[in-house]
Amino acid sequence: MPARADGRRAAAAVLVLGALATAACLLAPLVGSTHISLARALDRSRPFADNVDAQIFFVARLPRVLAAALVGASLAAAGAVFQALLRNPLASADTLGVSGGAALGATAAMTFHADFTLFGIPPVPLASLAGSLGALVVVYALAAARRRGLSATALLLAGIALNAFFAAIVLFVQSLASVADTFRTVRWLMGSLDIGGYAPIAGALPLVAVAGAGVVSLPRALDLMSLGSEAAAARGVNVRRTEQVALVSASLATGAAVSVGGPVSFIGIVVPHLVRLLVGSDHRVVLPAAALFGAMFLVGCDLLSRTVFAPVELPVGIVTAIIGAPFFLWLLVRRQ
Amino acid sequence: MRRPLLALSLALVAAAGPAQRPPDRPAPRRIVCLIPAVTEMLFAIGAGPQVVAVGTFDRDPPAVMALPRVGGLLDPDTERILALRPDLVVVYGSQQELRERLARAGIPMFVYEHGDLAGVTATMRALGASVGRARQADEAASRLEARLRAVAARVRGRPRPQTLVVIAREPHTLSNIYASGGYGFLHDVLQVAGGRNLFADVKRQSVQPSIEEILARRPDVIVELRGGDRAGSGDDLSPWRRLAAVPAVKNGRVFLLVGDEFVEAGPRLGEAAEKLSRVLQPEAWRP
Repeated sequence: MPARADGRRAAAAVLVLGALATAACLLAPLVGSTHISLARALDRSRPFADNVDAQIFFVARLPRVLAAALVGASLAAAGAVFQALLRNPLASADTLGVSGGAALGATAAMTFHADFTLFGIPPVPLASLAGSLGALVVVYALAAARRRGLSATALLLAGIALNAFFAAIVLFVQSLASVADTFRTVRWLMGSLDIGGYAPIAGALPLVAVAGAGVVSLPRALDLMSLGSEAAAARGVNVRRTEQVALVSASLATGAAVSVGGPVSFIGIVVPHLVRLLVGSDHRVVLPAAALFGAMFLVGCDLLSRTVFAPVELPVGIVTAIIGAPFFLWLLVRRQ
Repeated sequence: MRRPLLALSLALVAAAGPAQRPPDRPAPRRIVCLIPAVTEMLFAIGAGPQVVAVGTFDRDPPAVMALPRVGGLLDPDTERILALRPDLVVVYGSQQELRERLARAGIPMFVYEHGDLAGVTATMRALGASVGRARQADEAASRLEARLRAVAARVRGRPRPQTLVVIAREPHTLSNIYASGGYGFLHDVLQVAGGRNLFADVKRQSVQPSIEEILARRPDVIVELRGGDRAGSGDDLSPWRRLAAVPAVKNGRVFLLVGDEFVEAGPRLGEAAEKLSRVLQPEAWRP
């Protein structure tokens, strides 16, 4: 019986978070650095080309809110998967070099003024995606080189080495750049969701969908693996396959998210912990709850980043950490 | 907030420039200049033959292409600079470490920082006094001032379009837009050319406006400025079409101007002002 009561409470928590995330997505486009009339924005009788309110709503705000939701959900869920996969509370997308690879791709594209598009996706998101996929291939190859599945510790160490390597190359590329380009790459590293269109979201969605399909298959296996891989294997978990699915889906989600919004700090590492403090550690609940909380949190942070100092914007990665860290510390202290 | 600071540093430049060369010391003959805009000024005031090395990113005038390079703003190569035995080094205000080293080596410096348009001619004159070309510097500065006055006279009394001056943008997107804020030489050149700065209220050299802010402020003209000698295909202006409600887009008044004169706060700003003005105020330039 207690199990079922827990299940009901967990379902309720996910529902509440779902409602809050939906509310955030619906309300956030109504607010901005300028005032618009929603009635005028949605008035179809006026041609779109002449309707400033409609353009502010559909070109400036809606893509931002959708991007924030997608990026926040992907980073948070990927973080939760990485932490379970590596059995390490400090793991995140940064740990395995995925965002390091993305940063390298984006930095190179900006420094060398890359100029190519694919399906309307601009060069910097493309390069960042290529970088994160490259990092994933390297990590995966390292993992696969060990016949008996991957030891979490070995993978963690490989990730740290890979990250250091990417960081060094990023610095090397930056040392070749002019001051203006260096400034732009540093700014990209702080994250921004002002994408002004739906192409980057559309480009990221298929990857996020694949990753999501992978993540949906994981919760039970991840729960059992938290007891150790031998114990999980004894209970019928295909440890190797679980690890592969977890690694690939979390990396894909991260790569897609970073290509849209840059490596927004804090979400991938802390939102999963925040959510565990709220709903417990059952991955059937933690994974959807992390995605919903991440979406809601980033939509809210982006709202602040675009309004607080308007007309100047605050990089969203600064807002996430400044708001998130104290909140997390408060939860941590209160719960102990 | 930065205006008084800048005025102060310019005053210091103006005061320190000539003071660094006591009357009995001869004019410097081995100048190392790390700042592209000042290199251009040195050549414009006739001190080109005295320049022995320049910074990594110097391109103008063409004569500098043959000179040795000694690093840039962030990575000045102190060793190579010292090896050239310079008798004057032009440094940027923020190059603290380099300045300390040069001071220890007893090498005179000319300290420069980007500022507003008045600062450009003031710097040219101070520079002239420091390198023994005071008369030519004054002539060059006066020529620049006259050209700017002529451009301003052309557009006097005409309605001034609200103008968004874009300095940088991620290719094929409207992301990471950098625009001229309400302070600095670009802002001043825009005034001279007959435009009104869309972000005049933000008193900084550059702002990073959101798409929403650009839509809401409805610029009449959008001008993108690029250094270099030709446009890349990344300078494609089509992403602006998404902002169809902006008058500049609706009326086909989105322009790309390419040339180092638009990005260097140097002696060619008169040229830049005229080119910008022809785009902003075509009526004023009809023969």
